[in-house]
Amino acid sequence: MTSKNKWLSTPYVLWSVMFIIIPLGMIFYYGLTDRTGAFTLQNITAIATAEHAKALWLSLLLSIISTVICFLLAYPLALILSNMKVNQHSFIILIFILPMWMNFLLRTLAWQTLLEKSGVINSVLNFLHLPNINIINTPYAIILGMVYNFLPFMVLPLYNVLSKIDKNVLNASRDLGANSVHTFFRIILPLSIPGIISGITMVFVPALTTFVISTLLGGSKILLIGNVIEQEFTQASNWHLGSGLSIVLMIFIILNMIASAIFDKEGEGSML
Amino acid sequence: MKKRNKTMTLAVLALSFPMVLTGCGSTKGSANGEVIVYNWGEYIDPDTIDMFEEETGIKVVYDEFETNEIMYPKVESGAASYDVVCPSDYMISKMIENDMLAQLNFDNIPNARKNIGAQYFEQSKSFDPDNQYSVPYCWGTVGILYNKTMVEEPITSWAQLWDEKYSDNILMQDSVRDAFMVAEKLNGFSMNTVDPAELETAKNSLIEQKPLVQAYVIDQVRDKMIGGEAAIGVIYSGEAIYTQRENPDLEYVIPEEGTNVWIDSWVILKDAPNKENAEKFIDFMCRDDIALKNFEYITYSTPNDAARELITDEDIKNSDIAFPDLSQYHNLETYVYLGEDGDFLYNNLWKEVKSN
Repeated sequence: MTSKNKWLSTPYVLWSVMFIIIPLGMIFYYGLTDRTGAFTLQNITAIATAEHAKALWLSLLLSIISTVICFLLAYPLALILSNMKVNQHSFIILIFILPMWMNFLLRTLAWQTLLEKSGVINSVLNFLHLPNINIINTPYAIILGMVYNFLPFMVLPLYNVLSKIDKNVLNASRDLGANSVHTFFRIILPLSIPGIISGITMVFVPALTTFVISTLLGGSKILLIGNVIEQEFTQASNWHLGSGLSIVLMIFIILNMIASAIFDKEGEGSML
Repeated sequence: MKKRNKTMTLAVLALSFPMVLTGCGSTKGSANGEVIVYNWGEYIDPDTIDMFEEETGIKVVYDEFETNEIMYPKVESGAASYDVVCPSDYMISKMIENDMLAQLNFDNIPNARKNIGAQYFEQSKSFDPDNQYSVPYCWGTVGILYNKTMVEEPITSWAQLWDEKYSDNILMQDSVRDAFMVAEKLNGFSMNTVDPAELETAKNSLIEQKPLVQAYVIDQVRDKMIGGEAAIGVIYSGEAIYTQRENPDLEYVIPEEGTNVWIDSWVILKDAPNKENAEKFIDFMCRDDIALKNFEYITYSTPNDAARELITDEDIKNSDIAFPDLSQYHNLETYVYLGEDGDFLYNNLWKEVKSN
């Protein structure tokens, strides 16, 4: 790299120092000090208290379930898309991305209105004399919200990596006598691992840290770790504990990223 | 106590946190300087700001907050230098305790003494003992809003929020102090108690109630009650008039065990850069016609007796919801600041309730 090229990165370096490095430093400063400013690990070890541990466990559980559901929905779709002709698949991808043009919060609020006891879905079910569904303010509604909001982040990297698989490799596999099940498990699936890892990261991380979805669709009755942290800042004015718990959450995110780095050596799936 | 816009705050926090950093700070030259106001969201009729600018030539820089807890660190750090702020009762006592407020010169705020009812200054003494720092702007109670078509008997008591026949039909407030206030009043305690045994009892009551609660919400109580989504909800009196207008089946009641009387008041910060303009602004807000305009816009009860006299709608003017006669209720209390340890205790217990 020439010195001229390095100079071009200045805007981004400035940006990341101002909006990534400094805020991260502040989180570590608050997380590792107490009210008087003295060093303490209490804000970190606070994760072990019953309420925090339960919230973290519930967050992990719900985000893992959501990630699995997203994967099961997205993989077949991405497979179909990658076999389509160019003009067909771009239309379907557009349909998939279209909801993302709307604000994330509005979409979640819409689900609230849809799922309410006297909401749109139940009104329709009543009209058809079908039993109502009552999942609003339960963990099921939160999972639904997570899957709905984060599904595109799973579809796109999977589609990206699947469409790049050389068709000659598949033809060669058939030539050599493999049936389609064999081809899938021995050729397609291993080649798509970078996309799978990247999709999992992009769904799992926001699902783990969300507090908006659980507030709106869980009726604030289900406390996720994101809600605990949000409350420490907005209601309890305890920035130290909030930052300490954020550091704990970062550890889980970093673990996830290390896993991606190991599997995704070629960086193929990381591009959206 | 204005909390209409919590959801939008969540959105802003979640999606664009770095962008909030630009707030005020523009100092465009104006004939008579400027005044920097920090108020609750949707808590003023915007026309009154234009009128103030026109009449006085003072430029108003206006900024909004969503909760007392978000406002406090911003003011304390001095990151943005505000002149006038409108916090709630307990937050004012915290600010007085931490020496953040300037003593007001009431000679420069003649409308305050003239128009604001004496009883509101009296009530303010629980957080501002000598009435030196604050001028009441809005006040109200916390009570129960219920749907007459969905309950079997009139609601009169907090205890009915524990009645199993209203299971999944109850909306509670999603804030520490308001939720605990309900449980404390139910058990006959003070809403400002820091006694661990009393708080333990209150916590257990809330845990016992949780399976019956449909959701813990703040601003959405309004919409859910209007839509008939729940039978009973805990709500601020200021929202009651609005919801009744939208759905005539709704009724607001102050429970017999007593409740919280809250006051949001104008204060001037100790290191305010434009103190004189700040006093002019508060005085302007206390003018009867301006207070009336604001009351009609936000529907939260005004402590401005002169403005109340100007209300043309007799039903509103004599409404028990907007202007309850506080002397006929007993056990009405105003929140006071509980200290850092008290806050810590409440927040931990609230987390226990929520995670249960």
